[in-house]
Amino acid sequence: MTLKTDAVGKEWPATTYQVGREKIKEYANALGIDNPVHFDVEAARAAGYRDVVAPPMFAVVYSSPGVGPAILDPEVALNFAAMVHGGQEFEWGEPACSGDEITTSAKCLSIEEKGGKGFYVFETNSVNQDGAQVARGTWTLIVRGV
Amino acid sequence: MAELNVGDQIPELRVTPDKYLPHRYAGASGDFNPIHIDDEFAKMVGLPRNILHGLYSMGLVAKANTALAGGDPRALKRLSVQMRGMGVPEQEIVVTGTVKAVDGDRVTVDTVATQGETALIKNAEAEVQL
Repeated sequence: MTLKTDAVGKEWPATTYQVGREKIKEYANALGIDNPVHFDVEAARAAGYRDVVAPPMFAVVYSSPGVGPAILDPEVALNFAAMVHGGQEFEWGEPACSGDEITTSAKCLSIEEKGGKGFYVFETNSVNQDGAQVARGTWTLIVRGV
Repeated sequence: MAELNVGDQIPELRVTPDKYLPHRYAGASGDFNPIHIDDEFAKMVGLPRNILHGLYSMGLVAKANTALAGGDPRALKRLSVQMRGMGVPEQEIVVTGTVKAVDGDRVTVDTVATQGETALIKNAEAEVQL
């Protein structure tokens, strides 16, 4: 079977996520991260943040809604049942703080077959309400038996 | 902050996710894929049991590297990982790392997360501003 590559270069409409204190706390607790800058607004401000700040990997929380429609797009035709999340990269810019509105756009960078597996690579770009880049993500999804 | 040199090991992070951790991580992250939270479903699709989220394991790698800068979330500038073996709850995960480059106050750390004999995260490269 030949891999469908029509979607390479395709971009999807951006989604916006509003960061909240309780969501940051919930994420930090799940990871066992105990720095008070993630829980206490005074501690966060004393450390130079506008408000309670998210741990770096909170990037998955605000950027996943952006990449979701790309993965499910029939034009991408990704076989979800045989998919594994094979690789991930984030590069961080401005910290994400409670109250921020983060807009994420997604793009398909490549679709390639290697050794009988399909490698689907998507990029997300997340910017805050001031237009500053918060994170850039590269998502590599691997589909077996293509 | 202790000075880091090429070849130095970063402090090891050891975490044993409890039985319900995948449920809490699902809630925190919004990823409710049943392979992570439904043991019966996971077995039905051929997995040994419900498995950890790969991005949870990546979160632990981020935590171990951020700890180099006293846990300051601004310190982690870039993290690139490959997710390999499947992680399971109720078994210890060990995150280890080796400094592979130092450029002024920015270090690059080669990091691995393992659980027993299984490598969960391989070839992880973290850039940390100290």
